Amino acid sequence: MEFRTDLSYTKSHEWVKLEEDTATIGITDYAQDALGDLVFVNLPEEGDEVEAEAVFADVESVKAVSDIYSPVTGVVSEVNEELLDSPEMINESAYDAWFIRVDNVTDHTEFMTAEEYEAYVENEQE
Amino acid sequence: MLIYEKSRQGRGSSLLPACDVPDHPLPEKDLRAEAPGLPQVSEVDLSRHYTELAHKAHGVNDGFYPLGSCTMKYNPRINEKTAALPGFTGVHPLQPESTVQGCLQVLKETGEALSAITGMEAFTFQPAAGAHGEFTGLLLIMAYHQANGQTQRTKIIVPDSAHGTNPASAVMAGMSVINVDSDESGCVDVAKLRELCESEEGQEIAGLMLTNPNTAGLFDPNILEITRIIHDCGGQVYYDGANLNAVMGIARPADMGFDCVHLNLHKTFSTPHGGGGPGAGPVGCRAHLAPFLPGKTVEEKDGVLTLAKPAQSLGEMKDFYGNFLVAVKALTYIKTLGAEGILSASQNAVLNANYMMAKLRDLYDIAFDTKVCMHEFVMDLSRLLKETGVSAMDIAKGLLDHGIHPPTMYFPLTVHEALMVEPTETESRETLDWAIGVLRDLHQLAHTDPEALHQAPVTTPVRRLDEVGAARHPVLRYTREEA
Repeated sequence: MEFRTDLSYTKSHEWVKLEEDTATIGITDYAQDALGDLVFVNLPEEGDEVEAEAVFADVESVKAVSDIYSPVTGVVSEVNEELLDSPEMINESAYDAWFIRVDNVTDHTEFMTAEEYEAYVENEQE
Repeated sequence: MLIYEKSRQGRGSSLLPACDVPDHPLPEKDLRAEAPGLPQVSEVDLSRHYTELAHKAHGVNDGFYPLGSCTMKYNPRINEKTAALPGFTGVHPLQPESTVQGCLQVLKETGEALSAITGMEAFTFQPAAGAHGEFTGLLLIMAYHQANGQTQRTKIIVPDSAHGTNPASAVMAGMSVINVDSDESGCVDVAKLRELCESEEGQEIAGLMLTNPNTAGLFDPNILEITRIIHDCGGQVYYDGANLNAVMGIARPADMGFDCVHLNLHKTFSTPHGGGGPGAGPVGCRAHLAPFLPGKTVEEKDGVLTLAKPAQSLGEMKDFYGNFLVAVKALTYIKTLGAEGILSASQNAVLNANYMMAKLRDLYDIAFDTKVCMHEFVMDLSRLLKETGVSAMDIAKGLLDHGIHPPTMYFPLTVHEALMVEPTETESRETLDWAIGVLRDLHQLAHTDPEALHQAPVTTPVRRLDEVGAARHPVLRYTREEA
């Protein structure tokens, strides 16, 4: 299980890279492992507004469909459309397979560091 | 091999009788330019083709089929016999009512029997399946709120243990879904529900959808309080009848406080699930919703049956009267069993599930372990996976090698590594003992030779299927070029 120290993490298992008021968002290695092989991704469109703690995307595995929550409030500036055709990229490398980039970030949920998130995940697995 | 691949130009069968009515030519514009590419095979090859397919499939007639929440009970032959009676098969939906009194009688009596079992006042037979019934029931609730000027009521509450069709049907009906978590016992979190309904949002709530017993096989002990909370905030309560098989003759949805219900005749009332024929998801409701029912309902006037459209009907959910012959089969089942038989069907369904659970719980963890379950129970294989690397999927595949159809897997979503077992009342104690033995052996095998289970199944016509590949790159139709 990989935890990158240059990223922030949420309780709902998204990772965020926040640089000034731009955020890059994806799901964690733990999340992709728990979901299993992903077969479909539903992403927002450029210009959509996202809100911290609200659903912005969903992913489908062979087992189930799961909502993905936005860690920040802002406007979607870029969407990783490659994921639409190749959702397996998320399973292969969760931290490279970013979902969206968000500009004008005005708010965000509570973040954890890699170390805190690792402890949180361990606790959740108990 | 597809029948199209077996086709050879010029072969044929004489299965169709000669035409005994005059030709009636269609207008030129409606004719196709070239003949359709239908397969051409001899009768013996056609017969062998379907026998071969039957050998590759698994149905209730082949073996144990404990698919949770699907109620794969045996479908008695007599149902097929009555549904094939010429008085039922040789009718047209538009012929005069006076010439189809028997068919109307079937709809009337089936509605009355289902009303007796559920406590509802009126039924429509238009919905063709469970989810279609959900959609119909939700439109009924919306029509009711709109007629009362409560147009702001567009939100529906769905617990996290619900069947996936519930939120999907709600969205189709134009509602937005509010998810309510289960509490630690696997039932509705009453405190959270009350908080939501008593908040400002309560005025926007159209209702609640609930399966009771729920998908974890538990009868919600707070059901009366739950339905009262919804009614107090002005909402309606919808009963998903998927698990009715546990409570027939014991508890009625209307008495629990539900306002409308769909039933799956192809589950609870022993009609086939697809394949052998269409399903039926009739919707029943209490008197205040009845004026909004779709289609036409049967009424009796001076000893003559007639069809009438309810006063504020929401329209048509399907052409004519739904899958009528499914109602014939369900009525046959109800009449064969009688009131006492219906009750003992539910009692035995619950007994069989408890028997299996009791004989397995020393090896398999039971989700939300209560002493007693209803007609199904959920095993949580997380511990087995951690200890041996053998997953719920591996055990399910192992069952295939023993001629058992796997239980429902990875559902409800509230349980990881779930296997949801519903034996139904039609299985004998010998069959249950044998299936219990197989599950116990597989548990043992998971510890001694986990690799064997990763390799399963080995006796089936195809080995483990590439589900991920099939979902990522679906091939949905045969094209001749590929042949």
